[in-house]
Amino acid sequence: MAETYTISNEALDRLFQAMAQDGRRILAPVDADGRIELQLVARPADVAQGYLQTILSAKETVFPKVERLLSYELEPSKVDLKDATPQALPTVLFGIRPCEASAFAALDAVFNWDTRDAFFNARWQNLAVIGMACTQSDAACFCTSVGGAPDSTKGSDILLKPLADASGYQAEVLTDKGRAIQALVPECFLSSEPSPFSPAVVESAFDQPALTAKLPGLFDNELWVDQSLRCIGCGACAFVCPTCVCFDIQEEADAKKGERLRCWDSCGFSMFTLHASGHNPREKQSQRWRQRVYHKFSYYPQRYGMLGCVGCGKCTRACPVDMNLKEHLKDAAEVQA
Amino acid sequence: MSEKNIYLPYLMRIAKVTDEAPGVRTFRLEFVDEIAAQNFAFQTGQFGLYSAFGEGESTFCIASSPTRKGYIECTFRETGRVTSGLADKEVGDVVGFRGPYGNVFPIDDWKGKDLVFIAGGIALPPMRSVIWNCLDLRENFNDITVVYGARSVADLVYKHELKEWDERPDMKLVTTVDPGGETPDWTGRVGFVPHVVEQLGLKADNAVAVLCGPPIMIKLTLPVLQKIGFPPDRIFTTLENRMKCGLGKCGRCNTGSSYVCKDGPVYTLAQLSELPAEY
Repeated sequence: MAETYTISNEALDRLFQAMAQDGRRILAPVDADGRIELQLVARPADVAQGYLQTILSAKETVFPKVERLLSYELEPSKVDLKDATPQALPTVLFGIRPCEASAFAALDAVFNWDTRDAFFNARWQNLAVIGMACTQSDAACFCTSVGGAPDSTKGSDILLKPLADASGYQAEVLTDKGRAIQALVPECFLSSEPSPFSPAVVESAFDQPALTAKLPGLFDNELWVDQSLRCIGCGACAFVCPTCVCFDIQEEADAKKGERLRCWDSCGFSMFTLHASGHNPREKQSQRWRQRVYHKFSYYPQRYGMLGCVGCGKCTRACPVDMNLKEHLKDAAEVQA
Repeated sequence: MSEKNIYLPYLMRIAKVTDEAPGVRTFRLEFVDEIAAQNFAFQTGQFGLYSAFGEGESTFCIASSPTRKGYIECTFRETGRVTSGLADKEVGDVVGFRGPYGNVFPIDDWKGKDLVFIAGGIALPPMRSVIWNCLDLRENFNDITVVYGARSVADLVYKHELKEWDERPDMKLVTTVDPGGETPDWTGRVGFVPHVVEQLGLKADNAVAVLCGPPIMIKLTLPVLQKIGFPPDRIFTTLENRMKCGLGKCGRCNTGSSYVCKDGPVYTLAQLSELPAEY
């Protein structure tokens, strides 16, 4: 059972100082001229007020947009290889939403299901998550359709819920990482009974287990063509997605030295699966859209026993042609097979 | 504390370069590091990612047999940035290799059976490893037949080995080129692979077929094999979807829920028929 505490606003200030003194950097949603972005913060006052979510996801803290896997120097008939496995800085992610906190498990599934990925692990092991339960939602949100909730504790080391009188937060300390943070300033965490909290209302939009069970039989359904007719293959959905993990490996080099880089990629791009021969197993945008849905709702459950979607709705908010994942999934769940 | 960097390649020195056909080359690669050489083992059917430092990595099968120790070989066609970079390399140069990855041809299950290998064009390299592996363990198998077709005589790879196979009394080699692709001194057949396979009088009751080639060849040869009586679980192929990691993480080589890099590249027709045709 999680222990429940109250943290006053003043105590949270002291907690931030204590985490900084402990050598941890703190990343939190910040209002950058109207754009909510994850940035380094020093005190709670730096954190955005009344935000729904960040535009980009928090995955970048464990899986950077571009990261060096190795570098090398070239000499005649000799290659001097250098490992680039990172030394990660201890980091606290403060104030991300429960949907995003739960997304790290989906990244872990891919990076560690077989061989272990030292790059992801170095960062993840040094990351603690202080999640913030949601008091508001929008039309893109669908966490409750995919096993989440606006006040879900999944993936958080500590989950905060704002107190009704705005005097502070109720804190659930959930994991060893959370207890280590608590131990920095135990006096800031006052034992208390759970206080009433009204989470955001997110109505369930579709029956996900039924959808997952049905997807194998929908592979050749026209639905995927209809839904993706307007898709321009820009990849914004994957860019903002907290669970999209597909990557490219690229080389940057000159005649004497070079480096090998891992970069975010997207199954929505036409070149993603293009063979050297010119043949492309997913040559149409509709096939790529279907891959996106199936990867998250069929292949993830089959391979890892979990979904590859947390219902955050970031893709829907970012889509330039207004594709709405929640609505498209709802239609798939309801279509005649 | 630190985990191993799974993206670090072995350094390999090019020991031999063989020109196979226009734009097609074979490298024999030896480990720069002695200990890596001693610890390395692979099984037939597996693949790897080969680096041209400065250009990047490309995925090819290991084209040599695990019965030939001390080196691996790869055969590639100069097509893009990495293969062009590789093609510029010479004996003594250093390239990278990550692997072995993927599953294997189950040759232990094939003991006592007739083996029929059918390849088209640049698809002989993915089958060369298993062919040599079976020839090096010749007593384990019954009849061995290799059918190899290419567009023209010039496009046939491993010409020196084809000659060797042709002269071996313990196997049958049938080569064919597309009509118009023959030269005046061509002694093989002229015609398309599916027709040639149909005319061979193959028997399926105690046989395994391994098929690899361009999609059109596969498409037209499969019905022939099925007509001869090969059941779907005794027809094998090896897929080569685009890959970046080879480790089941980068997300592009899947056909349905199956990752070609982990669950493949070797599949039976029975397995493929359960998956969407995303290859």
